[in-house]
Amino acid sequence: MNLSLTVNGVEHSLDVPANTLLADLLRSQLRLTGTHVGCDTSQCGACTVHLDGRSVKACTVLAAQTQGRAVTTIEGIGSPDDLHPMQAAFRDCHALQCGFCTPAMILRAIELVESGSALDNRTVREGLEGNICRCTGYHNIVKAVLTAGEAMQEQAR
Amino acid sequence: MSAETGIGAAVKRREDLRFITGQGNYTDDLNVPGQAYGVFLRSPYARARINAVDAADALQVEGALAVFTGQDTAADGLGDLPCGWLVKSRDGSDMVSAPHPPLAVSQVNYVGEPYGLVVAESLAAARQAAERVDADFEELTPVVATARAAQASPIHQGLEDNLAYDWELGDEAATDAALSAAVHVTRLDLTNNRLIPNAIEPRAALATFDPTNGEYQLRTTSQNPHLERLVLSAFVQIAPEHKLRVVAPDVGGGFGSKIFVYAEETVVTWAAAKVGRPIKWTAQRSESFLADAHGRDHVTHAELGLDEAGRFTALKVSTTANLGAYLSTFGSSVPTYLYGTLLAGQYKTPNIHVRTHGVYTNTAPVDAYRGAGRPEATFVVERIIEAAARETGRDPAELRRLNMIAPEDFPYQTPVALVYDTGNYQASLDKALRLADYAGFGQRRAASQAAGKRRGIGFSCYIEACGLAPSQLAIQLGAGVGLYESGEIRVNPTGSVTVFTGSHSHGQGHETTFAQVVSDKLGVPFDDVEVVHGDTGRVEFGLGTYGSRSLAVGGSALICASDKIIAKGTRIAAHMMQAEPDSVAFEAGAFISGNQRLTLQEVAFAAYVPADYPPDLEPGLSEKAFYDPENFTYPAGAHIAEVEVDEATGVVQLANFVAVDDFGHVINPMIVDGQVHGGLAQGAGQALLEHGIYDADGQLTTGSYMDYCMPRADDVPDFTVDTTVTPCTHNPLGVKGCGEAGAIGSPAAIINAVTDALGTEDITMPATPEQVWRKLRGL
Repeated sequence: MNLSLTVNGVEHSLDVPANTLLADLLRSQLRLTGTHVGCDTSQCGACTVHLDGRSVKACTVLAAQTQGRAVTTIEGIGSPDDLHPMQAAFRDCHALQCGFCTPAMILRAIELVESGSALDNRTVREGLEGNICRCTGYHNIVKAVLTAGEAMQEQAR
Repeated sequence: MSAETGIGAAVKRREDLRFITGQGNYTDDLNVPGQAYGVFLRSPYARARINAVDAADALQVEGALAVFTGQDTAADGLGDLPCGWLVKSRDGSDMVSAPHPPLAVSQVNYVGEPYGLVVAESLAAARQAAERVDADFEELTPVVATARAAQASPIHQGLEDNLAYDWELGDEAATDAALSAAVHVTRLDLTNNRLIPNAIEPRAALATFDPTNGEYQLRTTSQNPHLERLVLSAFVQIAPEHKLRVVAPDVGGGFGSKIFVYAEETVVTWAAAKVGRPIKWTAQRSESFLADAHGRDHVTHAELGLDEAGRFTALKVSTTANLGAYLSTFGSSVPTYLYGTLLAGQYKTPNIHVRTHGVYTNTAPVDAYRGAGRPEATFVVERIIEAAARETGRDPAELRRLNMIAPEDFPYQTPVALVYDTGNYQASLDKALRLADYAGFGQRRAASQAAGKRRGIGFSCYIEACGLAPSQLAIQLGAGVGLYESGEIRVNPTGSVTVFTGSHSHGQGHETTFAQVVSDKLGVPFDDVEVVHGDTGRVEFGLGTYGSRSLAVGGSALICASDKIIAKGTRIAAHMMQAEPDSVAFEAGAFISGNQRLTLQEVAFAAYVPADYPPDLEPGLSEKAFYDPENFTYPAGAHIAEVEVDEATGVVQLANFVAVDDFGHVINPMIVDGQVHGGLAQGAGQALLEHGIYDADGQLTTGSYMDYCMPRADDVPDFTVDTTVTPCTHNPLGVKGCGEAGAIGSPAAIINAVTDALGTEDITMPATPEQVWRKLRGL
């Protein structure tokens, strides 16, 4: 099937099998390998991307569902020279170790902050419930999200 | 050296930039031209005879390239997957090793065991073809339960029973006598639950073969690529060592599970030459559950004797350890040398005896998982001490303190083989008691009670042994490899430094910490030091990363190589300054004699452009070292858990966790804290959430994240972590290792807190809401 979508601000027109998953489209066809696949039951959250600004698990979204919509992956969030405050906070707070869950965790965290709800330790932990990290014990991830949350709200003001 | 980047500085990790921007290179992110895709055929049965595998229909699928079975690998002379540690039974006989072919040939012995590989042009075609392979199995009765496996009929043909070994350590007669004479004996039956490691990156392999020169290249998710190469060449005999390059690129966590040499990367490498195409295989999570080596799975009876004053007089432990269907790479050593030797804990128990029956069952192989034997030992020691304190009406912290090895007792010879070099266990306990506000616990318990909840507190004063050593002793005890590490320091002509290490980082941050160590030692800017690891084509040799050994062994090798650089540089500088080498000192990156000074950069340039140069010295400034430790290192600490139990639901909330650890000198405190946090969450997972369960038919009922409960962000609290420091006495950095401590100490502390809250010792891990709810109701 023909598919038109925007990924990280770039318009793509592609021919894909109808059963293609968004995760496979991003990784195999667009070679955006910052989106990872860690499970086959939509539980680990390592494939989280933004679809029209909302975080979704790309392993359970059909590519076809993204027709005419905007997908943002970690590659579209910031670059080494121009980090998003959430990316910077993850590094500053040592909120990653092996890095495999990190892109997805950052995307989910950005949405959490942008949703505008009041964030504290408990709400951040609840908000990250759909993303598994096996390395960090979450302690520093929570710290990073709260730190970046302040920076992002500061920026927005 | 710079306070911002030297030893002890919380340097931000240089590897982070690629991970936070999505530019990491994990194995599945890599692609090579012409690659085909592999899918493994896996046994649906726990135990079955393979009558026939018919691939004719599968090969009709468009894009299908080949189907290989165990018959093919056997016919091609592919060797078995070896177990690298030969354990001897108490009667002196060698352990019984069941043959472990990479693909099952005539019988499958656990659900998920690979018996074939399908290769196709695309992953979809490979999956489709795999579904059309017709395998004829004849089901056999499986043996599943750990406790009863030894007596059951043997699962492997030709073996007399399911006993791999009957191992012991310590003086049984003396221990029995001391128990008989004890004023009080505490007895406890314990289960250490089976865990499934679950690094979030599934295992993967991408293998290529170049027919023009016979060279294989395997990119794979490995914690120790050199060991992988050694085993695949020396034992499996895929290719000579110099024709096989193994690269472990960015690896998404390991926790032990990526140490081992598995069937999948073995067969994919072999098949790449057979098909004449690169082959990529990436595990689905369900495959990780079925076929990654699992951890723990012990059933134990323990008895602790105490005298009138509460001093421990004897500890006797009998354990049945489930080794799974085959002996994994280091599976035999985990419930023996990494377990029995740790049963002295932090205490002066004079008599200890341990006996371990290692048994085969129709379950996935069991091997090292974060802590590997030491969490199991800690669980026995710290649970039975807590129970003894309760039975004898003593404060659990004070009973521990009474029995602790004192600072003046070091070096301390335990009755179970180890010699602890240094420690100050009381200092860690004191600090933990303060941080946990032990004095205020009564008030907090009352507050919980008022809110209809039960509160409990639990301790765990663990010891761990890291950096298995020395090689000669380990080999005498059955290890198949040395346990040293290699390091190479190359000072480039312009004075920048490239460091090659045999350690491997899969989240630990070696690219940062090892650069800190070398930068500090050689006095060169941190940014001028690059760390190379994980590639047998670039690093001479290595034994990889496991057992919290990287810094203590791999880091020490870099210090030894740096010393050689300084020694050679001193000779070059002395010649250039027309001074005696003895008069030259090396300080902060410069060679100094009197009022003359040459930087390492100037000396490096002279070494590569030897115009004014000692006539009897080779040009160049590159040195390597193999560091073989003279002893283990012994990190230790005090963990205190506080839980709140909801009587209505049985939910256990981990309310507070304090960990005070002694890792010796700390290179990067930010990274050390992070390692502890991660270990604590995994320990909390073991204590409260995680359980790998096989049903009576040997089907894994916890084969996905829907059924296997991983710790999530809202399952754990913020952790309070701190350190005390007694430097290791026998390595040049004075470091001990911090990777596993969190997972070693915490399960016992948490279960001690749960049992304190519930007023019963009868709680098994994980303490699920259902179990706790039932206990609260006496069900």
